[in-house]
Amino acid sequence: MIQKSSCYHCGDPCSEVVVLEEKIFCCNGCKQVYLLLKENNLCNYYTITDHAGIKAKGKFTGEKFAYLEDEEIIHKLALFKSRQQINLQLSIPQIHCASCIYLLEKLYLLDKGIIHSRVNFQKKEIFISFNPTITSLRKVVETMAFVGYEPNISLQDTLHTKKVNTSGNSLIIKIGVAGFSFANIMMLSFPDYFSGGTIETLSLKHTFTWLSFILSLPVLFYSATPIFKNALTGLRQNEINIDAPIALATLITFLRSYYEIMSGIGVGYLDSGTGIIFFMLTGRWFQNKTYEKLSFDRKYQSYFPLGVMVKRDQKEISIPISKLAVNDWMIIRNNELIPADAILMSDHANIDYSFVNGEKTTHQAIKGDLIYAGGKQIGASIQLKTIKSSSQSYITELWNNPVFKKTKAYKDSFVHPWSRYFTLALFSIAIIASIYWYFTDASQLLNAVTSILIVACPCSLLLTATFTFGNMLRIIGKHQLYLKNASVIEALSDIRHIVFDKTGTLNSNDRAEIIYNGNPLSESESNLIKNITGHSAHILSRTLHNHLKTRSNTNEAALATYEEHLNLGIHAHDGIQDIKIGSGHFVTGHQPSTPESSEVHINIGNSYKGYFTVRKPYRTGIEASLRTLKNQYQIHILSGDNDAEESELKKMIGEDVPMIFKASPEDKLNYIKSLQEKGEKVVMIGDGLNDAGALMQANVGIAIHDNNAHFTPASDAIMDGQSLYRLPSLLRYIQLHKKIVLAGFSFSILYNIAGLSFAVQGLLQPVVAAILMPVSSITIVGLAILLTNWAGQKLNQKILTT
Amino acid sequence: MSAMLILIACSLLIAGSFLAAFIWSIQDDQYEDDYTPSIRMLLDDKEEKPKELFNPSNNKQ
Repeated sequence: MIQKSSCYHCGDPCSEVVVLEEKIFCCNGCKQVYLLLKENNLCNYYTITDHAGIKAKGKFTGEKFAYLEDEEIIHKLALFKSRQQINLQLSIPQIHCASCIYLLEKLYLLDKGIIHSRVNFQKKEIFISFNPTITSLRKVVETMAFVGYEPNISLQDTLHTKKVNTSGNSLIIKIGVAGFSFANIMMLSFPDYFSGGTIETLSLKHTFTWLSFILSLPVLFYSATPIFKNALTGLRQNEINIDAPIALATLITFLRSYYEIMSGIGVGYLDSGTGIIFFMLTGRWFQNKTYEKLSFDRKYQSYFPLGVMVKRDQKEISIPISKLAVNDWMIIRNNELIPADAILMSDHANIDYSFVNGEKTTHQAIKGDLIYAGGKQIGASIQLKTIKSSSQSYITELWNNPVFKKTKAYKDSFVHPWSRYFTLALFSIAIIASIYWYFTDASQLLNAVTSILIVACPCSLLLTATFTFGNMLRIIGKHQLYLKNASVIEALSDIRHIVFDKTGTLNSNDRAEIIYNGNPLSESESNLIKNITGHSAHILSRTLHNHLKTRSNTNEAALATYEEHLNLGIHAHDGIQDIKIGSGHFVTGHQPSTPESSEVHINIGNSYKGYFTVRKPYRTGIEASLRTLKNQYQIHILSGDNDAEESELKKMIGEDVPMIFKASPEDKLNYIKSLQEKGEKVVMIGDGLNDAGALMQANVGIAIHDNNAHFTPASDAIMDGQSLYRLPSLLRYIQLHKKIVLAGFSFSILYNIAGLSFAVQGLLQPVVAAILMPVSSITIVGLAILLTNWAGQKLNQKILTT
Repeated sequence: MSAMLILIACSLLIAGSFLAAFIWSIQDDQYEDDYTPSIRMLLDDKEEKPKELFNPSNNKQ
């Protein structure tokens, strides 16, 4: 049935049908899009993927994108701008299938001014270049919005200069250069090694060594720069960081090799030196796993639209939010975000603050009420008078908190002190060896000491760490926990307290569970309730309406009277009897004993029927995993919502869990802060802007998201809500990192002892160094990856069985 | 032994050109998007009119 009457364009089931050319459409909007595509021979769009279209949102009022005509905004958005061409990159969360790519890359057929468009499917971005003399940014965006791909243009896009991804690329090029030189120097060194250092043709020997010398220069002066730079910054701040001993070892290796080559006494250790640089850089790259779809540093600006409609001089115009002034009249349509604190000027509004404070019910406001920025209007469009500019509004004030000013500093890795001990031990060995050689054979002194520094550097320790961390990031990424960087792994293992947000975190925002208690309702009665609730914009009415609609699909009957009481309920008459739907107090007249925000009571005629309980169900498996976590961590729950579910939560996870309800964003932040002042390490798990401060303040903030396009506030980690139940197993897995690094490190000590025993005797031949270096690096890297994978396998099994 | 020198020169030249190709492919952002091109090549344009070469300067629109 559903298949027959689903829309040709968007695939939605059609209630009223628009027919054209034997094709069915759910609405005029979808038909219009189809006509436009057909006119331009773009019907392939429908053959690549069935029902590829995105439901047309109906006509958008002409002025919505007017702010895109503002020169300043165009200038900030454009990547490149000339009189003939403007290039820009737009984010389009709606991209979901091959047809989307097809259509978006054929935009030049729909707007002749578009020169070229190119989609990046994974980033859900489009690169567009157009000719501003033929079309305009506004027209381009309007065309895209019309066919269903409205770009997400937020305030954030204009704040920063376009991110240019050169740092990642330059590291890869550095690795390439180092790898090239390493491999070629190695090959040129072979003849020398195999002949035991006696190549008979002297000219050939010279060619080999001098070629090696030339090949090593780009490694020393280009590829190794990040290591030297890091070491220098450390030294300037009067601390020896992990890169300092490595930089020293590299420098000594290269200098001694150059000295040997120049003076003609040997061939040096250039193959080992370049090899170390190559492996170190590869480790760095491996550790920096990035997730293209995710952004870890969103501020409120990403949530706020770039433009808003205001009424000025009797005209409705769209202006950039930065130009929104106090006393402007804003016009906010259904589902639009209110960008600044304002006074409601329309009679009614239905504001969804879930974004700001985590409350799950909508708030009904009347004329003259103060509406906070960040709320969303649900229902008909409203007018508001601005009283504060956007950046000074209640929700954005949170971002003036010092937490957001500083970048979060992670504790130094445990690898750092280890490397310090290692360096210390190394220097003692070098000093003892030099004293020994000073008294026995002073000519061997320099040789022995430099050999010691060449063969033993904390590189292996760092290599174990980078590859262990990098591989762990990948493995937990497969379980939908995405960490910002490797430091988060270590930060997560020190945690003692886990603070959960409730709405959107413990229970999912997507589904609603509706349970009816009371006398059974007949079909006509439930139809009646469906009809009445269909008229109301209140979130509970809508949930109930949708719930009943899936059960029966009869036509709507007209109501004789309909009267809605704000935040209380509905009083209606269908011509035969009186119907009251709403809160317990409104319907029965009794004051309820328990908080009942999510109950809808029904009274039909003279008899009280019963009530529906609407609730967001807890995520699957969350109860068990909270209980597991409780054994090892102290759990806290902070909710912006009321305490209706307190008893249920206590039953679920125990009486001893501290729970705070009706917490404001600041309350949450301060709660975390107070825990930290007691010296505790805290992880905050939450979603939405109301948790943003707490996520920033916590030692580790984990933002929960429910689908890939969903925005998450700035955090250290992002986790898929569906996988939240895996948290206990994942945390246990993360704690293994120390043991794995230790195992790799002990292994490398064996190599170091072998190498040092040659070095202290002044017998370190280039060939010994050349064998020890790659063999030790490769076995250590292999060991780190093997161990993390093996533990990952066990993690998989554990998660499958729970 | 000069044959050896020529061989070494050749090998360095070939390896060097691979390095150059690698650097070029990185600079050209060829690894920026490793998914979309695989879909793009499967989309065919058979229903489309022959694409006219678009020249912004003589378009009257």
